Amino acid sequence: MSIELLAAPLIDLPQRWMAALLAIIALTLVMTFAVMFATYYERKVVARMQQRLGPMRTGPYGIMQAFADTVKLVAKEDLRPATADPVAFELAVFAIFVPAFIALVAVPFTEDWIISPMPLSLLFLLAVSGLSFIGFLMAGWGSDSKYALLGGMRAAAQLISYEIPLILAMIGIVMVTSSVNVGDIIIFQDKVPLIVWQPLGFLIFLTASVAELERQPFDIPTGESEVAGGVFIEYSGIRWSMFQLTSYVNMYVFALLGAFVFLGGWEWPFGRDIGWGYQLFLTLAKMSLFIVFYLWSRTSFPRLRVDQLMSYAWKVLIPFALLQIFLNGLVLVYDLPDIVLLITSGAAALAMVALVYRAVRVTPRVPLKMVSNTMPARSVV
Amino acid sequence: MTARAKGTSSVVVEQDAPEIVDIPINMGPQHPSTHGVFRMVLVVSGEKVLDVTPHIGYMHRGGEKLMEAMDFRQGIGYADRTEYLAQFSAELGYVLAVERLMEIEVPERAQYVRVILTELNRLSSHFMFMGAFGIDSGLFGTSFTYAFREREYLQDVFEEVSGDRLMYAYFRVGGLAWEVTDNFVERVHDVMKTSAKGIQDLDDLLTRNEIFMARCQNIGSFSAQQAIANGLSGPILRASGVPWDLRKDEPYSIYERFRFEVPVGHYGDVYDRYLVRLEEMRQSLAIIEQALEGLPEGPIVPDKMPRRLRTPPGEVYAKVESPRGEWGVYLVSKGGDKPYRMKMRSPSFCNLSALREMTIGQYLADAVMILGSMDIVLCDVDR
Repeated sequence: MSIELLAAPLIDLPQRWMAALLAIIALTLVMTFAVMFATYYERKVVARMQQRLGPMRTGPYGIMQAFADTVKLVAKEDLRPATADPVAFELAVFAIFVPAFIALVAVPFTEDWIISPMPLSLLFLLAVSGLSFIGFLMAGWGSDSKYALLGGMRAAAQLISYEIPLILAMIGIVMVTSSVNVGDIIIFQDKVPLIVWQPLGFLIFLTASVAELERQPFDIPTGESEVAGGVFIEYSGIRWSMFQLTSYVNMYVFALLGAFVFLGGWEWPFGRDIGWGYQLFLTLAKMSLFIVFYLWSRTSFPRLRVDQLMSYAWKVLIPFALLQIFLNGLVLVYDLPDIVLLITSGAAALAMVALVYRAVRVTPRVPLKMVSNTMPARSVV
Repeated sequence: MTARAKGTSSVVVEQDAPEIVDIPINMGPQHPSTHGVFRMVLVVSGEKVLDVTPHIGYMHRGGEKLMEAMDFRQGIGYADRTEYLAQFSAELGYVLAVERLMEIEVPERAQYVRVILTELNRLSSHFMFMGAFGIDSGLFGTSFTYAFREREYLQDVFEEVSGDRLMYAYFRVGGLAWEVTDNFVERVHDVMKTSAKGIQDLDDLLTRNEIFMARCQNIGSFSAQQAIANGLSGPILRASGVPWDLRKDEPYSIYERFRFEVPVGHYGDVYDRYLVRLEEMRQSLAIIEQALEGLPEGPIVPDKMPRRLRTPPGEVYAKVESPRGEWGVYLVSKGGDKPYRMKMRSPSFCNLSALREMTIGQYLADAVMILGSMDIVLCDVDR
């Protein structure tokens, strides 16, 4: 089932290039349909959580909604503000779009289904997914709109800040598994998934990935009620839909990464010899857990303010991510049993949750006073 | 640092360190969270708001002048259109003014029905606030759908009673337009049950949410002195710690007969305003419960009601506690069937005047929250 096999008849051309081309075409098509499904699924799930029906008119249960949206978006006029910087404005789309798709090159969907096996695939995934902030800055600056500029600056600050705890959490994984290859990390988890040994790292990854995806409660760069779409405010038609496509592809990438690194990917719990069908099923099922979490957080959390966002990254997530690395180092250096990792990391995870819980309630608030006779209290001033 | 301008070899542009400027941002009239066609020009330095200039008047239709050209019966409809989230409160204020001018005694049954409908309307208005405020705080529509579900049930009752979903025009000078439906009491009992559940749903969703608390607490704080100096009224004033509720302090209609409590905040911040409104909804339910118990049988208009409304010369100011604060009507009559001068004191307008003082020094995202916490009705601001 390797992608190279598809290119076998076309031996006239250099086979590697042909295979790469075919893989890219296949990937783009598959991801486009996956994203179309994701938009439909998101609308239905969110509607369910909000006691609505969601799309119901286009086809049975609105299943054609994504196609209708696509046709509408592609057919829409592609506007560019007269004062916009043409180069930055038009290239920004690709600066966000391309890294998101490149990241999928290193994703092992099953043991064999990987477009480009590489020994440093975890590093590659993190590096490529960290590129998108350049595109956000370009879009924010190039649109020549104040809202877009605000959104772009917010996006850059947020993406850089949350990249750090994300990578630190991954360093913890690399220490435990002593591998930077996602495939090897999956194989490491044949008995127990890494979420058991790294609960703190998992929590940090989960939070930071929501921030990297700019979804609620971290949708500050695009905050609808503040900057009214942020960097996307001046985009329309196909360019806007490419931004949306990218954000969903990123959602898939981070969900897959979480499924591989913390939940055992296609390996856990049935082992390696179950055939590619079951492996694919396991991957997609674990990925779906993350996606449902992203949708769930979307419907239940208000948005953080920009200073709270920064202090959460720098004062909570990064110190705790360093703590996780320290704990891992302690266990590795003194050769302690694995159970120590579970206990210490779990306790630290609980401490982090408790800290955030307490931070909001630093000073107990005076509750409302219920006045049944307002007259005597009138001389307050 | 000197830089040579591109293409011009002779011109040398002197350039110092890059100048830091505060950018003015135009928010509205087309912005998702300005609650209508409100516009404010924010001067921001990064994310901090340095100055705010509110611009109003996009919805100005000269409603007061229009009401001067209409007779007293037609004016009721305009009161609806001015305050379109608390229509019954607005109607009540208007008909109270005319009744005081004409010295009409309103029958008991009409008084009770008025109180029930006005308090139900307070519920639907506060539900609207809860929904919109959740969206202002960045929640993706969940509070909005919860709130609109309840508003739908409430509007069904209003529609059954008045025949209209938005512009009821059901209160008339002297009483009511027509008798309520036969199953009115059961319907109100039903809708009270669903509303109580809706209030609890919103309470569960928002009140103890850590992010919501972090976003709402200690922003837009106003002390009691500041609130009074700015002429605030309604939940904003009470959140600042001033126990002032016209239903208690200057009872109109029959409010002195009901036992209810007035929630009063301590900090005067956005969170307290939210809590005050939440508690007010529960108190409204208590008022409706008592009013339903005491609802008497009888006529809904006085026996000797003139067919044509003519007031004696004089002037009157009637005010009611609308969900947003003191909604007042000032009427001057020189006799005849039309007011000579008509002026509305709208709480939205008066409360909005404090926006600048509240917003300066806060973050850009908080400006949206503070505006949302005022719960303005733009039509009522601009009239």
